[in-house]
Amino acid sequence: MIQQVENPALEIHDLTVSYDKKPVLWGIDLSIPRGALCGIIGPNGAGKSTLIKAIMNLVDMNSGYVKLFDQTLDEVRKKVSYVPQRESVDWDFPASVLDVVLMGRYANLGLFKNPRRADKDAALKALEMVGMEKYSKRQISQLSGGQQQRVFLARALTQNADIYFLDEPFSGVDAATEKAIFQILKNLSKDGKTIIVVHHDLQSVEPYFEWVILLNLRLVASGPTKQVFTPALLEETYGGKLTLLTEVGELVKKGEFEAREKQ
Amino acid sequence: METLIEFFSFKYPNIKYVVFGTILLSISSAVVGCFTFIKKKSLVGDVISHAVLPGICISFMVSGSKDPFLLIIGAFISGWISILVMDAIIRNTKIKEDAATGLSLSVFFGIGILLMTYIQHSGNAAQSGLDTFLFGKAAALVGKDLMAFSIIAVIVLLTVFFFYKEFKLISFDQQFAKVIGLPIRRLEMVLTSITVLAVVTGIQAVGVVLMAAMLITPAAAARFWTDRLSRMILMASIFGAFSGISGAFISYSAPSMPTGPWMVMVLSIIALISFFFAPRKGIVIRQWRRFSIQRQLLEENLLKAFYRIGENSGEHFNRVAVDDIQLIRNFSPAQLAKGLRKLRVNGYVQRANGSWYLTNEGFEKGKRITRLHRLWELYLTKYLRIAPDHVHEDADTIEHVITPELEARLVKLLEYPTEDPHLSEIPK
Repeated sequence: MIQQVENPALEIHDLTVSYDKKPVLWGIDLSIPRGALCGIIGPNGAGKSTLIKAIMNLVDMNSGYVKLFDQTLDEVRKKVSYVPQRESVDWDFPASVLDVVLMGRYANLGLFKNPRRADKDAALKALEMVGMEKYSKRQISQLSGGQQQRVFLARALTQNADIYFLDEPFSGVDAATEKAIFQILKNLSKDGKTIIVVHHDLQSVEPYFEWVILLNLRLVASGPTKQVFTPALLEETYGGKLTLLTEVGELVKKGEFEAREKQ
Repeated sequence: METLIEFFSFKYPNIKYVVFGTILLSISSAVVGCFTFIKKKSLVGDVISHAVLPGICISFMVSGSKDPFLLIIGAFISGWISILVMDAIIRNTKIKEDAATGLSLSVFFGIGILLMTYIQHSGNAAQSGLDTFLFGKAAALVGKDLMAFSIIAVIVLLTVFFFYKEFKLISFDQQFAKVIGLPIRRLEMVLTSITVLAVVTGIQAVGVVLMAAMLITPAAAARFWTDRLSRMILMASIFGAFSGISGAFISYSAPSMPTGPWMVMVLSIIALISFFFAPRKGIVIRQWRRFSIQRQLLEENLLKAFYRIGENSGEHFNRVAVDDIQLIRNFSPAQLAKGLRKLRVNGYVQRANGSWYLTNEGFEKGKRITRLHRLWELYLTKYLRIAPDHVHEDADTIEHVITPELEARLVKLLEYPTEDPHLSEIPK
């Protein structure tokens, strides 16, 4: 059940990605409507983060293309915001909360320019939105996991983007933070922003997301939650029927083939 | 003292060159070193410093002169190649970063030594002094070296000044930097280039082997004092500059002393001082904090024992013998003596004829600790469903931690209790 939409916010066409020669995403082809609050769901190692990284051009694609608002990433970069996994950085880095949030404004500043007062205002406003305004001077290593996640979200909010990609924003955070973050995402979506979230907690899929992508090395389903989040499709996503695909992947790696032949 | 005045009056132009030269190169390597340090690439400086040697030799063999600019160009090129080789090994083979670092370092250094030995035996008279690159020659800096140093130091410092915000972002979160469209590869290239430049100038003063210390030590020491990158860079440069001046001064006042190694020595001493005495992160302050917590625990436990004795006898201000305290809780005699002495000094207990009694303040404090202990026991049994005979030890710790605000919340949550799980009274 893969529902394609007209005039999508995100369109992925025939995307294949490999890590170390081993294909981890096979022929992904989907589109997401504008303004959707969308969850990417799948078991561990299904390639959820890889999918987002491929969209963000952080990993090389073997084939296919990605379009955001019918344009390439380079053309719409300023409208795109990305929240990496919290664990992807070293929180011992010598910086304050405000320093990190201000990094969201670097794109608009350009080279050689230091953050202006307006950028500081924007950063403080974003911190207020995530309920962290009291922590602006705090050294980032002193934050709890939930607070770190809020800081990352605040950094994304300062970008005033039209589409947000969040990689596991709810992993390892407390219940209050999860609720607060979800509320912010919901408000953004109400304002017409498109939100795409890598998510692993099946319990909260239905209340959180209106659009769901089921992923396990290949696209199982993409569509409105009601039609996609069904026992049959979940069984297909999480069930162990994919050993064949994994084994072929290993063979490709061993033989050092390219996942797609070069034309 | 006279030497000091003579030194700082810069009577001899030679001293001036040495001092300014060492300061410039220490600052530029300290600033660049901050970035290699926070990027966790500390060994890269070591690779570059060993890998510039073949470049210097080839440059000399081709040009036949020891002109610092020509040698620096050669050093710069081979330093860069070593980094490219290292990255290529990591990317294209199964060899991990540590092994690739060692490989690149030793292979380039080996080639360098080979070439240098060849040059030394070639009979070329101009070669004498080329081996100073191995161990540095800060005390022999001449006008032209200083020129080269100044130009390079200015390039390095200006680059960091202009790209500060970009370098900071790529050091912290490379993925995010790439997504917002920063030219990562080019920025990394610029950062590597100024690292190579700083190393190339630095080795003229301290030599190949000690160069890594010039890069990393100021940054590591500064990290102990601050949690802000900008301040860390500033402090690292101050440490660097100080080591430069000291090194130059020491070798001036004692001519048999080498400048470069002394600069590294001074840096190491600064690092050691930071390691032990830095506020918040230093070992001494952390040890002191642990010690004062121990003391607090002992005093509070003693007061609690006094309160329990009073509770049993029904009279809180009676005299208490040391043996009675031992019956309540087994303190070691030394600890007991120490704790009682402290409590008396602080006015919580009084002493009369070899026995002890509580002052009013001591009574209040002992009561509070007992209250917190029992409140916590109650909380554990009620909310965490822990059996009453398992809660005592946990409460023994937590009673020292609870703040008055937490206490108020606890009392409210437990609905103003009067008895703990063992039916002892919770004092008001």
